[in-house]
Amino acid sequence: MRPSLSIGGRKVVAMNVAGRRSRRMLPMLPLLTLVVMLGPVLAGLAGTLAPALGWFPAIGGHDIGLERFAELLAWPGFRQSLTVSIAVGLGATAVSLAVVVAICAAWQGSRAFAWIERALSPLLSLPHAAAAFGLAFLIAPSGWLARLLSPWATGWEQPPDLLIVQDPNGLALLAGLVLKEVPFLLLMTLAALVQADATRSMQVARSLGYGRSTAWLKVVLPRVYPQIRLPVYAVLAYSASVVDVAVILGPSTPSTLAVQVLRWSNDPDLALRFRAAAGAIVQLLAVGMALVAWRVVEKLVYHWGRAWIERGGRGRRCGERWLGGVGLGAAILTVAAVAAGIAGLALWSMAGQWSFPSVVPDSIGLRTWERSAPELVAPLIDTLVVGALATVAALVLTLGCLEAEFRHGVRPSTRAMWLLYVPLLVPQVCFLLGLQTLALGLGLDGGRLAVAAAHLVFVLPYVFLSLADPWRAWDRRYATVAGTLGATPDRVLWAVRLPMLMRSLLTAAAVGLAVSVGQYLPTIMVGGGRVVTLTTEAVALASGGDRRVIGAYAMAQMALPLLAFGLALALPHLLWRDRRGLRPSR
Amino acid sequence: MTMARLLRALAVLLGLGLGSQALAEPDPGDWDGVIAEARGQTVHWHAWAGSTRINDYIAWVAQQVDARYGIRLEHVKIADTSDAVGRVIAEKAAGRDSGGAVDLVWINGENFAAMKENGLLFGPWAEALPNWTFVDPVANASLVYDFTVPTEGLEAPWGMAQVVFFHDTSRVPDPPRTMAALLDWAAAHPGRFTYPQPPDFLGTTFLKQALYGFMADPKVLLHPVEEAEYATLTAPFWGFVEELTPLLWRSGRAYPQSGPRQIQLMADREIDLAISFSPGEASAAIANLELPETVRTYVLDGGTIGNASFVAIPYNASAKAAAMVVADFLMSPQAQARKQDPAYWGSGTVLDLGLLSVPDRARFEALDLGIATLTPEQLGAPLPEPHPSWMVRLEADWQARFGVAP
Amino acid sequence: MSNGLLFESFRITIAGRTLVALDALVAPGEVLTVMGPSGSGKSTLLAVVTGTAAGVFEVSGRVCLDGRSLLGLPAHERRVGILFQDELLFPHLSVAGNLAFGLAPEHRGRATRRRLVEEGLSAVGLSGFAERDPATLSGGQKARVALLRTLLAGPRALLLDEPFSRLDVALRVAMRRLVFGMARDRGLPVLLVTHDPADAEDAGGPLIVLDA
Repeated sequence: MRPSLSIGGRKVVAMNVAGRRSRRMLPMLPLLTLVVMLGPVLAGLAGTLAPALGWFPAIGGHDIGLERFAELLAWPGFRQSLTVSIAVGLGATAVSLAVVVAICAAWQGSRAFAWIERALSPLLSLPHAAAAFGLAFLIAPSGWLARLLSPWATGWEQPPDLLIVQDPNGLALLAGLVLKEVPFLLLMTLAALVQADATRSMQVARSLGYGRSTAWLKVVLPRVYPQIRLPVYAVLAYSASVVDVAVILGPSTPSTLAVQVLRWSNDPDLALRFRAAAGAIVQLLAVGMALVAWRVVEKLVYHWGRAWIERGGRGRRCGERWLGGVGLGAAILTVAAVAAGIAGLALWSMAGQWSFPSVVPDSIGLRTWERSAPELVAPLIDTLVVGALATVAALVLTLGCLEAEFRHGVRPSTRAMWLLYVPLLVPQVCFLLGLQTLALGLGLDGGRLAVAAAHLVFVLPYVFLSLADPWRAWDRRYATVAGTLGATPDRVLWAVRLPMLMRSLLTAAAVGLAVSVGQYLPTIMVGGGRVVTLTTEAVALASGGDRRVIGAYAMAQMALPLLAFGLALALPHLLWRDRRGLRPSR
Repeated sequence: MTMARLLRALAVLLGLGLGSQALAEPDPGDWDGVIAEARGQTVHWHAWAGSTRINDYIAWVAQQVDARYGIRLEHVKIADTSDAVGRVIAEKAAGRDSGGAVDLVWINGENFAAMKENGLLFGPWAEALPNWTFVDPVANASLVYDFTVPTEGLEAPWGMAQVVFFHDTSRVPDPPRTMAALLDWAAAHPGRFTYPQPPDFLGTTFLKQALYGFMADPKVLLHPVEEAEYATLTAPFWGFVEELTPLLWRSGRAYPQSGPRQIQLMADREIDLAISFSPGEASAAIANLELPETVRTYVLDGGTIGNASFVAIPYNASAKAAAMVVADFLMSPQAQARKQDPAYWGSGTVLDLGLLSVPDRARFEALDLGIATLTPEQLGAPLPEPHPSWMVRLEADWQARFGVAP
Repeated sequence: MSNGLLFESFRITIAGRTLVALDALVAPGEVLTVMGPSGSGKSTLLAVVTGTAAGVFEVSGRVCLDGRSLLGLPAHERRVGILFQDELLFPHLSVAGNLAFGLAPEHRGRATRRRLVEEGLSAVGLSGFAERDPATLSGGQKARVALLRTLLAGPRALLLDEPFSRLDVALRVAMRRLVFGMARDRGLPVLLVTHDPADAEDAGGPLIVLDA
């Protein structure tokens, strides 16, 4: 009897290609992956919903009702907090998307584009918190930009009392988020461009007389956007519910909803924990509403865009140039801001006295590094161990799913792709609360293994997304040829496919490691303080304010993913030194 | 798995669930027994880690207890004590009554009150510690009354703190020494003073300190808040805060989130005055090149609030004996002297120097407290901490009135 | 009829529509040419024979190679070789690595395998190319290596999916001769799918035209 499989509601007859053992194990892997990824999310949500409705016996909550929500609404900062959270979410996403579209529309296919891509990709490895610190130092009234201009241009002997960082409208927060989201969306768009056959469509459109940007907007964007829709939603959900960046750059009177929820959940007054849970549920609903609003705008833009396309305007030259300028300017600004931020942190990590308005520190030395180095070793090891565990597990599961898809001819439907994005769409703060209790109940707390499992929930989607397209784009005929040469499917996987996809594999691993390194809430809440990573250290020290120590830890935080990406780039070059066929073609 | 292993595993599982109460808890009266039990244990000490000096000191303690008692001390760095409290609560909620993640926690004030009230602490044990003999609770009531809540031996003191204010003598040679003077100064120099945002403990401490300046009868603060009189009693104080807020840094629309963050602000020249709970912090910051050499500290004319910080052991800690030994070491003259030395930390001692032996006392007297540290005489007698209900009330009211910028 | 490639009542249908219907015996050394417009099922036919067709196709009838029924066997046990339009040389292996990939495990020892590879290379006029990077080869050289690779695996039949269409005209003639010649020498039945009538002519065997 032929083995058959059902995924996404469609029953497909499997090919008789798989070997006996894999026929048993492989089809289980997609299911296992879903369980590993979604189980914690669902359990966590349940663990958060219960206290929100008033049920938490350990601290005296026995009645189920909506009083906690009433309490939440009665908090004076509620409306402002919620508004700012949603506004920043929508705003950051819109700005990031606009920047990416401008860059691609004006510059895709040109040499500048390759430069932009190369410059922006490493930014992905920068942890959000480090980027936020860097930006905070850059734009503060006593920050680097002000110091560069003072006192000769501005006449300031002391910093002006301007509310830039932590402004109540969340603009600094928005800027900090955009810095990290532009590279991410750009990379997703690049992957989609390949599939959308952009170059040829552009050639056709331009031969019909359309200007470059107009052609891109009218011909390529409508095909590309559905591919990047889910990443855009992920960006939206993240921006509306981020914690570490909001603590550094976001408003504090009141703070954004997610930050306030975290504060309540840590408050010694135990009654506030119910309010925290209620706030988390409201945060979830807010993100949902923001997504719906975005969807509505999508539909409007679609209709209006169709009319615009059908009108047939070829595009004005000044409009073209303007878009080009905006795109390139935005790209340069992003790269410059992040680079300057990192440089600032690096300088701080080596600084002695450095007060306003000095542009460079009064003295430079390795004092901070000497003091911090012994302290850095243990968190570094923990970060690496947890990151390696989570990444390897993610790779194994991803490869298993993709290979199962290949061998058994099953293609996950769009619904399945949504499932992959669930951990990225549900705000972390919403389900980690409940997850903590779950982990404790299973006796899993405090170990690197438990934290790695928590990280896996977030690492898996990114690794999958990073690996899926190169994997599926691989020419299947290689497998056919290898099969006819007598190679079993397992041998095809190990001897042909994996070596050929080594670069994509290493890149996916680097992505996984970067995601794991940057995680803060999962480590704190599931690790119980026994697992200490560079990120948790950095944020703990951030409350102390010594920028030099923050700088040192931020540098260490960044080093790991950079190393991983460097390896991902260098290793294939080394291994396939004399194999031109595997070198990336540009 | 063989039958024998299965049975053994079952026994362990059952034992964990049923026998945890039956396991004998270490008895501080039998100190030799405690030390013997502590050898080889690992203590997870959850302590605030916002300051490199404190982290270095704790690292030294770890080294010492390892050498002397064979105890492994892990400094679990937390951003806020309530993180550790939350941890114990979560464990209790999940039924984890032994083998908890927190063995020792640096705690005081409302956090201690919350843990004590919810039965989350092990003990009593503190007054049975050998080094307790060097402490005089009569002379210093804050060693047995934590924000007016009796400690009842559930926590051991290890540091004394008193509120001081920083000022840069090159920019503010004559700082305001009363709250009213502060208001005038702020009016003349808007945007040059701020305090950490409540519910940060230092921010709330500023509020309490200000409250002392506006109470006709300060003794009322030692008793719980009386709702009927609260409004009238605190009216002048709130009036002061209302007037002060628009004159603060960033017009009160943003606040530094912690005490040490103010040091960075001062170094950035964004503010000229700051509040601190550690008399030795300024000297240490200067020595560490964080602040210019011209910074000095001062106290207000009526005196400033002081309190003790403690270490406590949660009821479900997995290394109680070792935790007690560590707490005892923290109270030892050697550890206390090093802590007071601004080269290492610069935090006040809980020991009564008169109760110490001559060589130990000399160790303290030989310390150079630092150029910006006031002597104990200059610090004056600390004002007692108000009852915790005042702090809770002040925090709630402040957040309601000023926590959301208009 | 124990030798050669036999198609008996062989039908490929999809959604009820018959895509390919074939009744033929390809004797060892003979070339059966299949031609037809795009979409007529030529590639599907090859995919079914190699065992890599998607499950949406319904197959009925029998395909036998040297008496063994192929349908029902996994692809790696069918001993059918295939050459595509693109040479599909494994880019991460050297030429020798590519060639040795398909060598049966019976040939033990590096020395033996090495020898076989070298012999094969000289047979197609590529001696000394063993350690070369496949990406540095010219079109004709790649095609020869691809053919050699297929043959070194010891197939009992050979499938050709328009393998000459990427080559320039002169090379095409030479390659055709080479491929058909080597297949004849080894007694392999060949199934050729092509657009080019010149291929069919040179093959010299029976011709089947599929309609769309």
